[in-house]
Amino acid sequence: MRKLIIATLLLLSPVTLLASGGGAHLEDADIDLHDKASLQRGAKYFVNYCMGCHSLQYMRYNRMAEDLGIDEISLRENLIFGDAKPGDLMTNSMRPDDGEKWFGTAIPDLTLVTRWRSPDWVYTYLKSFYVDDTRPYGVNNVLFPLVGMPHVLGGLQGVQQPVMSESHDGGEAIAVGVELVEEGTLSTEEYDTMVRDITAFLTYAGEPMKLERQRLGLYVLLFLGVFFLIAYFLKKEYWKDIH
Amino acid sequence: MSAEKTENLDWLNQRFPLAKTWRAHVAEYYAPKNMGFWSIFGSLALLTLVIQILTGIWLAMSYKPAATEAFASIEYIMRDVDWGWLIRYMHSTGASAFFILIYLHMFRGLMWGSYRKPRELLWMIGLVLYLVMMATAFFGYLLPWGQMSYWGAQVIVNLFAAVPGIGEDLSVWVRGDYVISDATLNRFFAFHFLLPFVLAALVFLHIVALHHVGSSNPDGIEIKKGPKGNRWDKNAPADGIPFHPYYTVKDLVGVAIFLALFSLVVFYAPTMGGLFLEAPNFQPANPLQTPAHIAPVWYFTPYYAMLRAVPPMWGSQFPGVVVMFGAILIMFLLPWLDRSPVKSIRYKGPIFKAALGIFAVTFVVLAWLGMRPASDLSTLLSQIFTVLYFAFFLLMPIYSSLDKTKPVPERVTS
Repeated sequence: MRKLIIATLLLLSPVTLLASGGGAHLEDADIDLHDKASLQRGAKYFVNYCMGCHSLQYMRYNRMAEDLGIDEISLRENLIFGDAKPGDLMTNSMRPDDGEKWFGTAIPDLTLVTRWRSPDWVYTYLKSFYVDDTRPYGVNNVLFPLVGMPHVLGGLQGVQQPVMSESHDGGEAIAVGVELVEEGTLSTEEYDTMVRDITAFLTYAGEPMKLERQRLGLYVLLFLGVFFLIAYFLKKEYWKDIH
Repeated sequence: MSAEKTENLDWLNQRFPLAKTWRAHVAEYYAPKNMGFWSIFGSLALLTLVIQILTGIWLAMSYKPAATEAFASIEYIMRDVDWGWLIRYMHSTGASAFFILIYLHMFRGLMWGSYRKPRELLWMIGLVLYLVMMATAFFGYLLPWGQMSYWGAQVIVNLFAAVPGIGEDLSVWVRGDYVISDATLNRFFAFHFLLPFVLAALVFLHIVALHHVGSSNPDGIEIKKGPKGNRWDKNAPADGIPFHPYYTVKDLVGVAIFLALFSLVVFYAPTMGGLFLEAPNFQPANPLQTPAHIAPVWYFTPYYAMLRAVPPMWGSQFPGVVVMFGAILIMFLLPWLDRSPVKSIRYKGPIFKAALGIFAVTFVVLAWLGMRPASDLSTLLSQIFTVLYFAFFLLMPIYSSLDKTKPVPERVTS
């Protein structure tokens, strides 16, 4: 009977239960896709800090430049390294096999990372590295335990220690949070802004046409509204003699 | 119309029954004048089939059905093909919209008793349409070659492996390989391209059968058996009105509302919170990495919940597979299970109304259970609701004949 009662309660609970997430709490990334300055900074950080290992293999440089309001000279001087051309996809020169050898796992392409994770996940992830001497690169991540990558932004953020869970019934304590123990070259606010910019840029890269579709949708709905009115009065006129 | 044009049409009509077909199926097809809101879903489903076929053909122009290229070709469509994102979102939204419309269309059939004599065959053609539509959706879902595409197909094709004796060979035959692979993707693409045309042919049969027996209505009255003679034709049913222009303009209003809702999803929520486009499917298929939780798309989940509700027997999942397919096949018997003297819910008694209400809730709850990871609790619930699902059909001969019905009026009510 108790099972049935719980079952009934479960049935009444909202659909949000569907959204399966990791155990850790996600912080609100609070990004703004209209903020081009933020997206431009995110692009700059991405090509400088991330792209050595992570590609954006479905994204083209010139599409990014056009959408983010970057002129071609700035694009070539600041965002394209090596001999890539503006029309090229944003791939990098790391061979997949090398990546796997060096980091113990295939290095994921990040074009769609905010779509299969979420912007909040990426934002929280980049803030959740902590010191762990048992790991090959000396860091671990609350959100992604045993992650293979080093804390590339560690010099900027500083050093974080884990906050461990209370160990009940003899189970192993796990990291549930972090605390900053040594300042990096950026203040906490500056680091948060930087991570937010990267998240915003990756969210843009995951669906470059997002703003365009929202803009266009308004016109489509306005048209359908007019179409509805015409159809409605036409129907009324035709049906007025049907009783 | 100019004399020359009439002459041309005459030439055509002597050789092809254009005017005759137009009259028989549109301008002089007399539909009950009281059909109301619920009659719209058939027309909208047809519209959606057209949307799916058109967007599908345009997608196929840029899509590459190869394991190494499929995922990237979809992102190419989303980014580099002019209007590719719109076509793709229309197609992905259209798939879910099609099922929503068909479920409402079928529910309308249950309410009006549209499966009853003389519409048994019409109902059964509809069920074949539904089965082919599910096959089309299943084949199509593999094509993006994302994680959920891959593992969902893996799970479903493995159902064939549960067939006693020939199961393993059967599943290998379906896949063309021992796992879901490039060979599977190729054949699924071929079937996904073919089946919509089978659907179109079945829709043709469905409409031919419908126009032969006449449209049903919320009163469940046969207007053909009522008095004759209306304003347009002295031999036509008195309660019938020409499909065109009356229902064409009426459906146009429904089309406007439907397209507005459709556009809201396409332009503002194309993933529909992970229901229409699932988050794990934005990751390319990886045969070496099983996702934490595999679930089919929402429109299959009621049946998936029933599959999981049945425990393995004699070391085989086969009974669950039988229950799952049985849940669909049992609908074919519906015309003979309903023993009520009246057709429409309007004149049926409280027992049938309660049964239909419970059935609708059951279907939604099973859909919800099928999306969730399995637990002891959800398995228990799935079992309870699976029993309720089948009880609706199997007990119908009893409760439909016990039920106190109301008298049916002579003529349709407005």
